[in-house]
Amino acid sequence: MRARLRDPLLWTSLALVALVLALPRSKPLFAALFPGLERPLFELDDFAALLAGHLLLVGASSGAAVLLGLGAGIFVTRAAGAEFRGLVETIITIGQTFPPVAVLAVAVPVIGFGFDPAFIALLLYGLLPIVDTTIAGLAGVPAPLREAARGMGMGEGAILCKLELPLAAPVILAGVRSSVIINVGTATVASTVGARTLGLPIIIGLNGANPAYILQGAVPVALLAIVLDLAFGRLLAMLQPPRYSMPNS
Amino acid sequence: MIEFEHVTKRYGASAVVENLSLAVAGGEFCVIIGTSGAGKSTALKMINQLVSPSEGRVRVNGEDVRLAPPAALRRRIGYVIQSIGLFPHWTVARNIGAVPELIGWSKRRIRARAAELLTLLKLAPDAFLDRYPHELSVGQQQRVGIARALAADQDILLMDEPFGALDPITREALQAEIAEIQRASRKTVVFVTHDMDEALRLGSRIAVMDRGRLVQAATPLELLTAPASDFVRDLVGRDDLGVKLLGLATVASRLRAGVPAPGEPIAAGASLRRALSRMVAEGRDRLGVVDGDGRPLGAIHLADLLRR
Repeated sequence: MRARLRDPLLWTSLALVALVLALPRSKPLFAALFPGLERPLFELDDFAALLAGHLLLVGASSGAAVLLGLGAGIFVTRAAGAEFRGLVETIITIGQTFPPVAVLAVAVPVIGFGFDPAFIALLLYGLLPIVDTTIAGLAGVPAPLREAARGMGMGEGAILCKLELPLAAPVILAGVRSSVIINVGTATVASTVGARTLGLPIIIGLNGANPAYILQGAVPVALLAIVLDLAFGRLLAMLQPPRYSMPNS
Repeated sequence: MIEFEHVTKRYGASAVVENLSLAVAGGEFCVIIGTSGAGKSTALKMINQLVSPSEGRVRVNGEDVRLAPPAALRRRIGYVIQSIGLFPHWTVARNIGAVPELIGWSKRRIRARAAELLTLLKLAPDAFLDRYPHELSVGQQQRVGIARALAADQDILLMDEPFGALDPITREALQAEIAEIQRASRKTVVFVTHDMDEALRLGSRIAVMDRGRLVQAATPLELLTAPASDFVRDLVGRDDLGVKLLGLATVASRLRAGVPAPGEPIAAGASLRRALSRMVAEGRDRLGVVDGDGRPLGAIHLADLLRR
């Protein structure tokens, strides 16, 4: 029980919920902290709704990035897709060199304002670490294991699902972790194109020189990133990477 | 029954295996020996279709292996490799049960089979079933690797330098065990090695390969007494030919029944090579001989070793 109480994942999650619930009632506090401000509290939107929108955007884009990234990583490590490996890696690396604001700027004229351009920008941004680690994780499965599996009569699908993916899982999950954490931060920028995220108070605060708004957006985002990082850390610990012990051949 | 019929395997222009014809009868322990790059592993892998021949045909029990679905074929053939290849994220029990799981055995039957095989390979089931490969020594891992290859009671066992990475003591113990398992089960074994002592010890027939070609396929005795070429003679070893010959026969074959001899006796099942070694080491020209239960049978004299 005491160990549970000391669990950082538990109390950072609670802190995030408490913060979001307390913010709408914190006007006197911010008025005292920033006496010069006419509007010390962001009241254009509900903080809980912003957090939910932030989570939805990150969840949807990261989920899609995981599906696409895993798919691409698996495809280029199969015999059939091996020749596309260089191409896929190049495209994704080039995609990563565009700043997210540029992707948003290009996406808006094509698909308009709102959730969609933000979703696309975050999806592209989240892909690289996932494809990278999927390829690295699958390539890291020792060849003799694959040979033993084939020699026993396991089909390619069984080898992928029962051998390669379980062994690569910790590496892939590390990629998903950085992808999600990057997207939590990038999602704040997405409010410039009208996505409803915790970036909204930050953007409005920057425009209106209102440091209180910036804090009210930035602190929950930072806390959210910490909570998700701790959650992934927990997940990784559960997936103890199996140790190999093989004679040299 | 495994038959190679004029089998050639080319990678690009170079032939790794060239025009190999060899028949391994059911229940035979066939050792393929050669230097590195002789094509012995490639030949082995053409039996379970991990490698497809460029020319010729490989048949298992009369059936062309290319006509069988590869996965189904491989599930009927046990396969042991030097690097063992146990799945690190599976317990010993699940590793052993890999093929039975593929062919749909019940969990209970798989576990019972795994326990039975661990016992056969001298690992206590209670202590090992639920452990992970990295908790085992390399020798124990290869015991599990052999158990895995025996799990579905396949009647063919392919072994690709299975003991190459083991220390001499573990290797010798496992050689004795695989020989015993083969004797008891009459499985057809094809065993690849580059160690002539191992080949002589295990093989009922030895196929010598050199640069992709089969040089000689013969019983151990024929190989020692009538090598087909200088290459075979070199591989066998010219210096210790006599000692190797002694290694092929047991003390029982030269026994002087009923004759007593002093000192520590030797088992009737031991090789003449061991008898000679004991005589030299102990400075004696005769040893008492006992059976497996320690009952005296007679004696063996130094002169008996020279009889043909």
